[in-house]
Amino acid sequence: MYKNLRWKFLVTAIVTVLAVWSFVPPKQKVKLGLDLQGGLELIYRVETDAALKIETDTTSEQLADALKTGAVTVQAVKVTSLTSFEVTGVQPANDQQFRTLAEQTTGSFGRDAGDTAGSYVFTMKPNIVVNRRSEAVAQAIQTIERRINELGVSEPLVAPYGSKGDQIIIQLPGLKNMAQAKSIIRSTAQLEIKLVEGEAGDEVALLASHGGKVPDDMEVHPGASGVKGDGGKTFYLVRKIAAVTGRDLRNASATLDENNLPAVKFTLNSDGVAKFTRVTGDNVGRQLAIILDNIVQSAPRIESRISQPEARITGSFTQQEAQDLSLVLRSGALPAPLTPQGQSEVGPTLGQDSIRAGVLASVVGLVLVTMFMLVYYKLAGINAFVSVALNLVILLGFIAYFNAVMTLPGIAGFVLTIGMGVDSNVLIFERIREELDAKKPPRQAIALGFDRVFTTIIDTHVSSLIAAAFLFQFGTGPIRGFATTLAFGLASNVFTAVFVSRTLFEFMLSRRPSGSQQQLSI
Amino acid sequence: MRIFHNPNYNFVKWRWHALALSAIVIGAGIVTIARGGLPLGVDFSGGTMLTLKFDDAVDEETIRKALPSFGDAIVQTTGAPAEHRILVRLPMIRQSEEAHDIETEAKAVEAALHTANVGSFILEAKEIVGPVMGEDLRNKGFWATLASLAGITAYIWFRFRFTFAIGALAATLHDVLLTLAFLAWFGYDLSLNVVAALLTVTGYSFNDTIVIFDRVRENQRTAKRESLEDVVNRSVNQTLSRTIITSGVTCLAVISLYVLGGDVLRGLAFTLLVGIITGTYSTVFIASSIAILLSPKMPSGPAAAATAARAKRA
Repeated sequence: MYKNLRWKFLVTAIVTVLAVWSFVPPKQKVKLGLDLQGGLELIYRVETDAALKIETDTTSEQLADALKTGAVTVQAVKVTSLTSFEVTGVQPANDQQFRTLAEQTTGSFGRDAGDTAGSYVFTMKPNIVVNRRSEAVAQAIQTIERRINELGVSEPLVAPYGSKGDQIIIQLPGLKNMAQAKSIIRSTAQLEIKLVEGEAGDEVALLASHGGKVPDDMEVHPGASGVKGDGGKTFYLVRKIAAVTGRDLRNASATLDENNLPAVKFTLNSDGVAKFTRVTGDNVGRQLAIILDNIVQSAPRIESRISQPEARITGSFTQQEAQDLSLVLRSGALPAPLTPQGQSEVGPTLGQDSIRAGVLASVVGLVLVTMFMLVYYKLAGINAFVSVALNLVILLGFIAYFNAVMTLPGIAGFVLTIGMGVDSNVLIFERIREELDAKKPPRQAIALGFDRVFTTIIDTHVSSLIAAAFLFQFGTGPIRGFATTLAFGLASNVFTAVFVSRTLFEFMLSRRPSGSQQQLSI
Repeated sequence: MRIFHNPNYNFVKWRWHALALSAIVIGAGIVTIARGGLPLGVDFSGGTMLTLKFDDAVDEETIRKALPSFGDAIVQTTGAPAEHRILVRLPMIRQSEEAHDIETEAKAVEAALHTANVGSFILEAKEIVGPVMGEDLRNKGFWATLASLAGITAYIWFRFRFTFAIGALAATLHDVLLTLAFLAWFGYDLSLNVVAALLTVTGYSFNDTIVIFDRVRENQRTAKRESLEDVVNRSVNQTLSRTIITSGVTCLAVISLYVLGGDVLRGLAFTLLVGIITGTYSTVFIASSIAILLSPKMPSGPAAAATAARAKRA
């Protein structure tokens, strides 16, 4: 008996020490949720449709380009939906050559004969559609991670969110400048350099020489007005196919232009240099538009062939804007725009007050419960207190060890764990009393009390765990904290209420002379 | 100290009264909720929630007057009076999502307060839920609750028997509906925290029922001749002090949370409190009644023995 007890105390002590060791000091080891430590949480939907549209546009343009180069005349190449485009007027004589060119340029599209003779419909393959959508989300996550890393937030989270697969959640704990972070994360930063075909004060004048219509291989962009993100008074007609894009960048940084105004300097990679050299060499005397998110920042004239890797975006930037812009250019463009779905900003002071209120509620709850147990079960109440208090200690240990996040509802979970922990004790104590009423000796009453109630405790805990598991699935951050606390609390409660409490009873019994018929204090 | 000394109440006899009472209360609750008595919180409906901390004391009416163009704004003080905190809730995002700025309303409120010169404040927290996300959470909350009910019912079916599982499920549904009714009558919103608490109540309510069913199972093994009604009634009585004391003690902890835990947790604490109380009531009166009602009528006591004896002879 005595040896057995020593072993049980040892297990209890080891568990306690491990638990305390994992959460002390709590300020460093218990991770607080955004609702308690303050910070920013953003939920965005990635407009994956836009990524598909870009792919369809680019492919149709590449095919049109190849047809032009190969001298295959067609009537039109027209994008008909997000994932399909149509080519009309292919001459029977050219059909074989058309097919060859199409196979070279439209790998991710399936080709079908159209409604009319000599027309073809190209539709993106279904598996490619699925891939492109998930790639867009994955790329957006990577890009945002790079941007956030440059912001220097500790322990940020960027992860897929929701069941539809096109949402992302971003958590930035302890962040101060929320407005800047939001604008940096969301800016698409689509950099393109395109050849200028015309420039005018309004769109009508711009298109006058083209019959009032934008030609198939061109598009119109407004020039910057001086207000960031706003279209100005100049409109540019530019080639649809970009000479150089943000993907050809190696680096970007804030700098000053010749007038000492903030500007952004970027360096091209070797691919970009090759493209840039070719386009500047072929088009000396013409203008190149530097387009950022569909607005022409500047359109310098090409003086000569440029084969160096560095170029500059001048515009009317403030120093901060130039820095933010170079940051987002460095981290690469987002594959598709982001639409905000929800956000939550919490200042640090609110969280501190919440923690204070939560801790107070827990302590008062524990004191009330303990007082009741001591009055109702006398000395056995101490047992209940020890097992509930130890339960809380182990619970904290679990939370710290598994890096779970403590949230405000998580604190509520603590208080509830106090109540639920006592439940098992009450169940056992009442059973022991019943057995004592049935004139069983104390030792046997205790053994029967614990044994008979054990299956009940397992059943009740499993059913509560099922509820907690679904709660975890359903919940956002704060609710997950609640579910985690409940689940860990239930698990450690089985140990404290059954094992620890029984050990304490047995210890009390072992201190009595054998054969004593002394009453139990319960 | 003891509350009950060998209780022997005839709970099973009162089951019709209990069922009728519950039906009336739940019916009234459903009518209230159907008339819009339980509005969705910002988390589910979509909308904006701002926590403002003022330097000096400020009353709700001043803030309301400063926001004339936000007719549906709900303005409340929150936290301890000395904290000067005001909560402004705007139920829906009027700006369409296509405008790509869900913060429009929040910014407008801030600007209006600055213009009205109501005293200096900082925006301590800003929570915005877009309509799509709200709908998403609504669906998820609904399915999580159903799945959790189904999961626990399946577990009880596996561990006990089908009629008990249905009895426990009915008792838990009863608790959820009653809790919803009380939430509506006491003017709470159906928020994320409240739904989390409701899910916890389902777990807790099943708990209570399982304790009694476990006892029924144990008693059935030893008393084969007793009718199910008698066994159930005896089991309810034997576990009565446990049932009352546990929920009493859990209530103590939850009341402490309700009073001291702050405004954010008040809805959650209220839901738990009501859920625990109705859970106790339904454990005693509803769960076992339904299990008995659904169990096949077995001939009981001496009559059964006689039948068995006759069958043997024949």
